[in-house]
Amino acid sequence: MFRYALRRLLLTVPVLLGLSVIVFLIMSLIPGDPAQAILGSYATPENLERLRADLGLDLPLPQQYLVWLGNILQGDLGRSYALNRPVLDEVLERFGATLLLAGTSLVICILLGVLAGIVSAIRQYGWSDRIITLLVLIGISVPAFWLGMLMIMAFSVGLRWFPTSGMTAAYGGGGILDILHHLVLPAFALAIVAAGVIARLTRSNMLEVLRQDYIRTARAKGLGEGRVVMRHAFKVALVNLIPVIGVQAGFVIGGAVYIETVFQWPGIGRMLVNAISTRDLLLVQGGVLVVAASYVLFNLLADLLQHWLDPRIQA
Amino acid sequence: MTPTLYGPHRWLFPAIATAALAISPTVSAQTPPNVLVVGQIAEPKALDPAQVTAVNDFRIMMNLYDGLVRYADGTLEVEPSLATDWDISDDGTVYTFTLRDDVIFHDGSDFDAEAVVFNFERMLDEDHPYHDTGPFPLAFFFDAIDDVEATGEHEVTFTLDEPYAPFLSNLAYPTGLMVSPAAVEEHGEDIGRHPSGTGPFRFEEWESNSRVVVTRNDDYWDGPPSLEAVVFRPITDANTRVSEMLSGGIDLMVEVPPDNVADLAEDDMFEVYEQAGPHLWFLILNTREGPFQDKAMRQAVNYAINKQALVDNVLQGTAEVAAGPIPPAFEWAYNDELEPYPYDPEKARELIAEAGHEDAELTFYVTEGGSGMLDPVPMGSAIQADLADVGLDVEIETYEWNTFLDRVNPGLEGKADMAQMAWMTNDPDTLPFLALRTDAMPDEGGFNSGYYSNAEVDELLEQARRSVEQDERAELYREMQTIVHEEAPWAFVANWKQNAVAGANVENFRLQPSFFLLLHDVVKN
Repeated sequence: MFRYALRRLLLTVPVLLGLSVIVFLIMSLIPGDPAQAILGSYATPENLERLRADLGLDLPLPQQYLVWLGNILQGDLGRSYALNRPVLDEVLERFGATLLLAGTSLVICILLGVLAGIVSAIRQYGWSDRIITLLVLIGISVPAFWLGMLMIMAFSVGLRWFPTSGMTAAYGGGGILDILHHLVLPAFALAIVAAGVIARLTRSNMLEVLRQDYIRTARAKGLGEGRVVMRHAFKVALVNLIPVIGVQAGFVIGGAVYIETVFQWPGIGRMLVNAISTRDLLLVQGGVLVVAASYVLFNLLADLLQHWLDPRIQA
Repeated sequence: MTPTLYGPHRWLFPAIATAALAISPTVSAQTPPNVLVVGQIAEPKALDPAQVTAVNDFRIMMNLYDGLVRYADGTLEVEPSLATDWDISDDGTVYTFTLRDDVIFHDGSDFDAEAVVFNFERMLDEDHPYHDTGPFPLAFFFDAIDDVEATGEHEVTFTLDEPYAPFLSNLAYPTGLMVSPAAVEEHGEDIGRHPSGTGPFRFEEWESNSRVVVTRNDDYWDGPPSLEAVVFRPITDANTRVSEMLSGGIDLMVEVPPDNVADLAEDDMFEVYEQAGPHLWFLILNTREGPFQDKAMRQAVNYAINKQALVDNVLQGTAEVAAGPIPPAFEWAYNDELEPYPYDPEKARELIAEAGHEDAELTFYVTEGGSGMLDPVPMGSAIQADLADVGLDVEIETYEWNTFLDRVNPGLEGKADMAQMAWMTNDPDTLPFLALRTDAMPDEGGFNSGYYSNAEVDELLEQARRSVEQDERAELYREMQTIVHEEAPWAFVANWKQNAVAGANVENFRLQPSFFLLLHDVVKN
């Protein structure tokens, strides 16, 4: 398994390289350039030329890429054009916030999704199943950013239970309770869709497992229903859920882009949105690399976990 | 069988409810006393006045730094700040400033003539050791400076290449704010994140995309401010910004969406502020090729656009109808005899028929949004409809802001007949000088993207720039406005009124025509 993990990790290198080439190409295809974004509407063609030369934007594209790659290999992600600070500082500062949001969100969506799926399965066609199926359908269909805005209207503006935006109180603040307080709305808004997906899969997997002969045997030999469901059925269903949870982990990190915009969460998603609009190539590269690497890592973890739970599955 | 164990009513919902309650004790969003929380429209780029161009950044910096001069409260007229007075030579090329001798930078270093010299040479002299801490996009404001010299410990002398009347008001602009040389030496190219000035507030911290905190400068030479601290929060989404205001998470917000102004104005909890500014929203018309070579066609467009409807309906009263190339906020230079082109489709049709351009097909550049562009997409559609009414077939091409600038600034030739544009300036000279002169064509580094050329306008603008007498300058600008209004190289559409909303507990706040946000006198109860 260790060799497998190592091989998978090595395989991420070409994936990330390919990705960086694609980002480079896409960014160079969108019209408008960082020099224009930095100098603003007062930019004269002459000043633009000079700044492009300063930033190395006048070099041929392949050469620009090689310069960037050479720097990366020395651990230098470059300097953000727009923010005028090292990309690494910015990305690390922001990634922490995104991990907190996405991690919390993932925990919430697993808890909600699995619970709803199990209840739905053992009460198939019952009232609770119908209600849950309906809620899940709504959850999957509602765009997260819109849900976020509704939650702001209800819980921040209306009831004033939670702050509208940001990660900490504007002044002072920054304690654990303060951050949790700010975390509730965006984490739930982000979790709902993923929870729906997990609930659906849990339900169908559980239904399948519950029909197996060994479940009937377990019940026949007099085991309590709770034990049958959790120990015998769920553990088996879980094996198939793990990779889906891995994919959902990627989804919540990706989904952070718009949830972070709605809730002004200072994470990497909002950073990317800003960086793209200012054509801040190096910052986009840095951000995408970190997001992609974590996506690959989550999926690897999920695969390893699945293998560990069910050694029959080839790792 | 114990199925109720898994029933949602037993523990699923109570669990969530308990969790929510545990995390949210009775806290409701509220800002701390005597700390003003300001909702900004974006994350600042940098807090180094020499490096930035956006009003959003100016709003923070005007509270951290001072310049040699500043705009007097509520006007665009210059008054002393770090300089107590100044003397201008008769030929208008030598400016000698006497500086205050009781000022220190926030980092403890002295403010003196050498510091002033350092600031200007850093921007203008390519051999200066800290010239590489740029780029300095607005350094051209001071291109006229030939030499800056410390002629005494607290006296500094500027020698200009030629008389340049806007010099004083450019000094009052953020590009002329004084940064501590010691701080530049210490932080190098990171100076933008470690600002040190002489202003009423000192920089405390900048947490990326969360907040910039500034605290009271108790030693401020013009008396310490009443507020203990100000927190600037970047909230890019306008809806979220309004929600924050409504939920009490911020005390003051700028650039309120037109849709929300009316609601907030009716609420006793809030106070709405408005102030017309030196802003002009216009259409550049391509005078080099196509139908707009013809003056009658350019006038026709000005008659055909229902500007009042645009201002009332699309912009919901957040702007006023513009009459000419200089906004009324420049009171002293504005020609108040000019009337906006009236909405007169009949007259427009006549002019079009006269010019023989019925059913002309026009390409119209519209942007998705950008600095000072207000609500460009709906405004573009409304204009398209107005022009269709008088028989002009307008095709809109929409571009993202940076792309838009990349297409418009190099000139419209071969691309479009008209393009949206907006400028916000600090001197009546800036916009016409950079965008209406024959010598300001795009290939000469100017912004005259519609290629308007009139020798008389050129001459008036040159003269106005050389004159150091404000009355004489005003006379020249008024004459220029009359000509440009009549020749209509642009369609003059709107002058934006800046707005802001503050909690009712915020006092002594007022918006400035410069669009700066000055918080020195603000009190929060």
